[in-house]
Formats: sequence, structure tokens, C-alpha cells
Amino acid sequence: MSLFETFRKGLTKTRDFMTAGINRMAAGLGIFDDDMLDELEMILIQADCGMTASTEAIEAIREHIRQTGDASRQGVLDFLRLTLAGMMTEKQLKIESDRLTIYLMVGVNGTGKTTTAAKLAQRAKNQGFRVMMAAADTFRAAAIEQLKAWGERTQTAVIAHATGADPAAVVFDAIQSARARQTDLLLIDTAGRLHTKRNLMDELAKIRRVIDREASDALVETILVLDATTGQNAIVQARAFHEAIEVTGLAITKLDGNAKGGVAIAVSRETGLPLCLAGLGEDAQDLQDFSRSMFLDALLPDL
Amino acid sequence: MALFENLSSRLSRITDAMRGRSRVTEKDIKDMMREIRLALLEADVHYQVVKDLSAEISDKARGAEVLQSLTPGQQVVKIVHEALIHVLGEEEKLTVSPTGFTVIMLYGLQGAGKTTTAAKLALYLKDRGKKPMLVSTDVHRPAAQEQLQILAEQVGVDSYINPDEKSALTLAKEGEERARYMMCDTLIIDTAGRMTVDDQLMEELKAINQALNPDERLLVVDAMIGQEAVGIAQAFESRIGLDGFIMTKLDGDARGGSALSIRRMTGKPIKMMGTGEKVNDLEAFHPDRLASRILGMGDVLTLIEKASEAFDQDQAEKTLERLKANTFTMQDMLEQLEQIQGMGSMKEMLSMVPGLGRKLGDVDIDEKDLLRTRAIIQSMTRQERDNPRILNASRRRRIARGCGLEVQDVNRVVRRYDDMMKMMKQFGMLGQGGKRRRGRMPLSGLGF
Ligand SMILES: Nc1nc2c(ncn2[C@@H]2O[C@H](COP(=O)(O)OP(=O)(O)O)[C@@H](O)[C@H]2O)c(=O)[nH]1
Ligand SMILES: Nc1nc2c(ncn2[C@@H]2O[C@H](COP(=O)(O)OP(=O)(O)O)[C@@H](O)[C@H]2O)c(=O)[nH]1
Ligand SMILES: [Mg+2]
Ligand SMILES: [Mg+2]
Repeated sequence: MSLFETFRKGLTKTRDFMTAGINRMAAGLGIFDDDMLDELEMILIQADCGMTASTEAIEAIREHIRQTGDASRQGVLDFLRLTLAGMMTEKQLKIESDRLTIYLMVGVNGTGKTTTAAKLAQRAKNQGFRVMMAAADTFRAAAIEQLKAWGERTQTAVIAHATGADPAAVVFDAIQSARARQTDLLLIDTAGRLHTKRNLMDELAKIRRVIDREASDALVETILVLDATTGQNAIVQARAFHEAIEVTGLAITKLDGNAKGGVAIAVSRETGLPLCLAGLGEDAQDLQDFSRSMFLDALLPDL
Repeated sequence: MALFENLSSRLSRITDAMRGRSRVTEKDIKDMMREIRLALLEADVHYQVVKDLSAEISDKARGAEVLQSLTPGQQVVKIVHEALIHVLGEEEKLTVSPTGFTVIMLYGLQGAGKTTTAAKLALYLKDRGKKPMLVSTDVHRPAAQEQLQILAEQVGVDSYINPDEKSALTLAKEGEERARYMMCDTLIIDTAGRMTVDDQLMEELKAINQALNPDERLLVVDAMIGQEAVGIAQAFESRIGLDGFIMTKLDGDARGGSALSIRRMTGKPIKMMGTGEKVNDLEAFHPDRLASRILGMGDVLTLIEKASEAFDQDQAEKTLERLKANTFTMQDMLEQLEQIQGMGSMKEMLSMVPGLGRKLGDVDIDEKDLLRTRAIIQSMTRQERDNPRILNASRRRRIARGCGLEVQDVNRVVRRYDDMMKMMKQFGMLGQGGKRRRGRMPLSGLGF
């Protein structure tokens, strides 16, 4: 399956939903009137794009229609696509060949940090890199076992301490081992934490400090893992994590399921953070680089 | 910090503009309804539910007395709050099978909190004299069964897992056999996470449902979930059957609007609320509190309960009484500050109060600040502490001298007190919305 097909398959539900809505609206005259634009706004809101982004997009379309007089289905959809694209930024994650690269996986509980780390390990291995994972979730029951199971499946070394150990110490050890073994990519899996918990956010900042101190020469990406089924709280999450530890990229998981995925647009727009990864299933290979244009192609109806 | 405004401040913009005019226009109502819709959508309430509710609320709000009242904004908030409480319905007990062997099945999306909740429920039942057993049927997520086993040990109940078994159905059946053999009276089935669009996984769940015929089929849903919540609940309901739901991760600042949507669109009750990662973080559902939360009006009761957990009941009771009676003094404020300080992070506490963070943004409570505040309040006379309104300029100067600080510092403390009072007035009003809760003390137990 091509990259696009995988992506598109994941978002089938969303596109079906949008297509049905938009087709229903534009069925009559083939042009959009004011009420239809209101309805289009609601479709965006229902896809979890959020109030701000949805309203802004529709306002832009209204202005576009005023200026060009083009309210055709094609014209409106083209412009919607442009507008939404303008709200998102994307970035491709790199792995350096001449120095250590570290991906720090962070996020609230249950979003898919561990699974995404494993997927990244699999991908980097396939590309011929030397990979290692660090089990810095020392809190959740069997979190370490889960990462170790992924380590076996992807044949990746896992650095782990016992449950309850200091996660910063795990990270310290992992960086030392990564250096000793000339690792290219070190993936650090951390415990899920709600952004509202000060002590847990402080713990993350401490991990970040260890990385800065012990691997100041490394390329470090701090990846916030967001669950695509999340509603407006995702924006708050992104802001809080960014404020605490400076996020450098977003991974949107579970795009293969029920989610409409609009939250990707909302979060990127509100925070300016780039979208890097798309999680499309529970297996090691179910990962894609986030592509704005593919995302929108998959999201919006065919013209 | 707070991204979204609460309904009250949203409405006050409109009602402020109305002041001085003798008539409330249809447009005023329309504007207010728009704000209500926005507030609900921001809380992730399903679009259709927002539409229906706003029509109902708008009818009620047209009642003349609402708009003739002194604070129309608050009156409207009250109407909305009550409408939400009504939709959310009453607390409902878990079903106990008359056969003496109750089967509870938990299902939901990946990462929603099913496994954690299964363990929490087991502990909850065990604490109430039941003998539950946990069985994992998760053959998909790595180490999911080990996770359940560890949690079962933590809460001290029996569990059945078999990581080598590839069939979820077999695990469920063997779990039931084991539970009966062990003379357990309740079997809690933990299942793998699944999207309702995944036919294969839905069939797996259906098979377990048919074979074990659970008394309770509970959807575990993350408080952070967006618009899709209703579709998911309806899909589970039609394909498997749904008896109620448990909302998790309510210890964060997500508004949890999906609770309203699911309840409204499926008619199924909320059974419990998950409020933390630990096995005892399970609470009974209180409609009035959840309604306040959805409206971003904070959850002052939870705040007080949390305080009373860490400190003595008397103190909390006193605070609650004073909040209600509107006799909250400087002395109370000092005690409050000290309590909250003792509990760790003020921000963390306040984060339970969506919409409040921003309001209290400049009320940052650090160590030094607390010491200063304490010094200032201690330099006040008894009379001043009980009735800060008498704090005129010369009294403030005297207090500043008394504690070696500036008058501005004293002013700041007084302003903070005023802010708190304003906040509490808001809650005071809301507290009356949930009549049933009044008089019931924090931590009076989770009772079925
Ligand atoms: N369908 C689907 N499930 C996912 C995806 N990513 C993670 N999951 C599942 O979500 C659940 C939580 O994932 P996990 O990696 O343990 O989350 P963590 O708590 O953030 O580490 C597990 O059941 C995963 O299999 C995805 O992209 N699609
Ligand atoms: N903060 C918080 N975390 C929770 C709560 N319930 C579950 N979790 C966390 O959410 C994540 C996923 O929980 P888990 O039980 O594994 O979900 P499952 O995939 O549905 O079985 C874990 O990190 C749990 O510790 C809750 O009420 N509050
Ligand atoms: Mg994890
Ligand atoms: Mg589980």
C-alpha cells in the first residue's frame, strides 16, 4: 500500500463524513449560500477542529466569496483546503548520522507514547540505524514489561530500571549506554502525565535537564504524543507541555479509528508546533510521517 | 493557563452591555445563547446535544423573571447549570446479579483507562465486602495482562491471566470458571482497547458478551474525548449493548462534556468517575459537580474535599459553611492559604477548576508570598480580619508599618481577598443549584 493509501484508509471515516455533509449541502445549486457555510462550520467543529479554527476558516471563505464571487462547490472546497493547510505546519523528523539523536516521547496518559516509540524504533532499524529505547515510565504497572516486549518484537535494546526508580536516572544510564554502543537513535519512553500535575511536569523537566547535561551535543526532539480522539483539551495539553519542556514536534496517534482528526489542525494552529508523525494502528509498522497535504487529501472530499 | 473562559464570564460581557437599558431584546437572548453554545462546544459537548439544549435553555431563559433579576448573567448560568444536571441524571448503583454471581465487562477505546478502572472497581467492591476476581482478555496490547495482574496484586484480589492464550473468548470463559471455582461473587472482565470501526475486534467483544452475558457492560471513556464520543457510545450500544459508562482522567482539566452527550444520546447512566492513576482514585458520580465542570465553573466541592482529605474534616466543614454563609474572613483566607500550601502545588489544586486558572493567574502562591501574606494578616486586628471592609487608608498604613512591608503589599492582600470573595459568590450561587448535595459532607463515602 502506498503512503497515501495508508493515510487515506485511516481517515476514511472522516472523509466519508465530510463528503456526505458537503455533498448534501452543495447538492441543490452546486453553490454555497450563507446557511450552508454555517453548516460547513459545524462539520469542521464536529471533526474536532475547534471553535477558533473552524470559525476562522469559514470567515475566510466568506471573505473569499465576497471578493471573487466564486461560491461554487469546487471553489469553496479549494479555498477551504488552502485555509486549513495554512493553519498547519509539518516537519519531518531526522536521525543524524554523525552524532546521537534522542527522541523524548511525552504526553498525557494512554495517548500512545510507548507504541509510537516502538514504531519509531522499527522504522529506524529498517533504515539501518542503531537504535535503543529507555524505559523512563517507571510508574505505570507493567509499563517496563510493555516496552521490553516491544524491544523483543523490534529487536531493540531496552535500558530499564525497576518499577518505581527515578526516571531521570534511567535516562542518564541510557545516554551512557547509547554512547558506549555508538547508538544512532535513543528513544525515551516516559510515563503518561496530566499537564495539570505540577510535580509530574517537574519530573519531566528534570529528565530534560539530564539530557541537556549529558548529551549536549545530541539532536534532541521532544515529541508530544496526542490521541486523535481527544477534543479541545489537546490544545491545553500542547500549550502546557510546550511551556514546561519545549516541545519540538507533534505525533497524532489513533488516526486509523473513530477520530475525525481535526484536532491536528486545531493544535497546530493554536500552538504553531509542527506535525511530525501519524499513528495509524497498533502494530510496529503503522506509522507515517505526517503530511499536511496527504492529511487534507484524505480528509476533504474528492473534487 | 486556562484557554477557555467559563460561561459566567462569557455571559457577563453581554449582560454588562445590557445594564442601563430598560428592555431586554430578543437579540440579547440570541447573543447569550450563542455564548452558551460556544461554551458547551468548547467543553466537547456533542454538536447535536448543544443544539437541542440551547433551544430548551432559550425557552426557559425567555421567562421574564430571569431578565428582570439583578444579575441576569448569573441567572442564566443557573438555568444552564440546572439543565445540565437534569440531563446528567442521578447517580446509579452498579447492578448486582440476583444469582449471586455478577459479571461486569469493561470496554472502550485504546488507552481510555479500562485496565486501571477494572482494578479500581475490584478494590471498590472488595472494600464493600464483595469477593471480586479480575480477568484480562487483552490478547493484543503487549504486557496488558501483566499490567492487570500487577494491579490485582496491589488491590489484593484474585486475577486470571494467560499470556500464551491467543483467544480472548477462551480467556473470558476460563476466567469465569476460575472465579466460580474460587467462590468469587463478582467477575470483572478487562478487554483490549478497540475502535468501533474495527470489525474484527468488535466481533471478538460480541463473542465474549454472548458467552458470559454480563450484568453490567460499561464503556470506559476518557474525559478528554472529543465530538466522536457519542458515535462511539452508540456503536458499542448497538453492537454489544451498553448499561452505563465510567469516565476517567477527571483529575485533569478536561471539561468532560462528552458525559453530557453520551448520557443524553444513549440515555445510559454514568456509574463512576476515575480521578487519578492510583487504584483508590475512583469516585461516585455527582451530577451537579460535573455540570459545573462542563461549564468551566470549577468544582469547588472537589477542591474542598481534596483539602479535607489532607487535613481535618472540621476545617473543611467550617470552610464550606462559611462559603455558603458568605462569612469568609481574612483569617479564613490565611488558613486556606496555609492549607493549600501544605498540600503541595496550588496550581495543581486550582487546575481542577477549569477556567479558574486564568482568573487566579496573578494569585501565584509562592513560599515568600505566603509568608508576607501571613505577616500582613497577623498585623491586622481581630476586627479587621473579620471585616476587611473597614480597612481604610490609615489602617492599611498602620498594618504595613506593623509588619515592615509596603502599603501596596497590604493592598494586594486585600485585593486577593476580594477576588476570592467574588469567586466564592459565584460558587455559592451554584451550590444552591445542586440542592441534594447541600448539607452532605465531603467524603461521606462512595456508597452504592
Ligand atoms: N488504533 C490505534 N491504537 C493505538 C495507536 N497508538 C497506540 N495505540 C493503542 O493505544 C493504547 C495505549 O498505547 P500506549 O503506547 O501504551 O500509550 P502510552 O500510555 O501513551 O504509552 C494501546 O492499546 C495501543 O495499542 C494507533 O495509532 N492506533
Ligand atoms: N490521571 C489519570 N490517569 C488515568 C486514569 N485512569 C487511567 N489512567 C492512566 O491512563 C493510562 C491508560 O490506562 P489503562 O488502564 O492502561 O488503559 P486501557 O488501555 O484502556 O486499559 C495509564 O497511564 C493509566 O495510569 C485516571 O482516572 N486519571
Ligand atoms: Mg507508555
Ligand atoms: Mg488495558
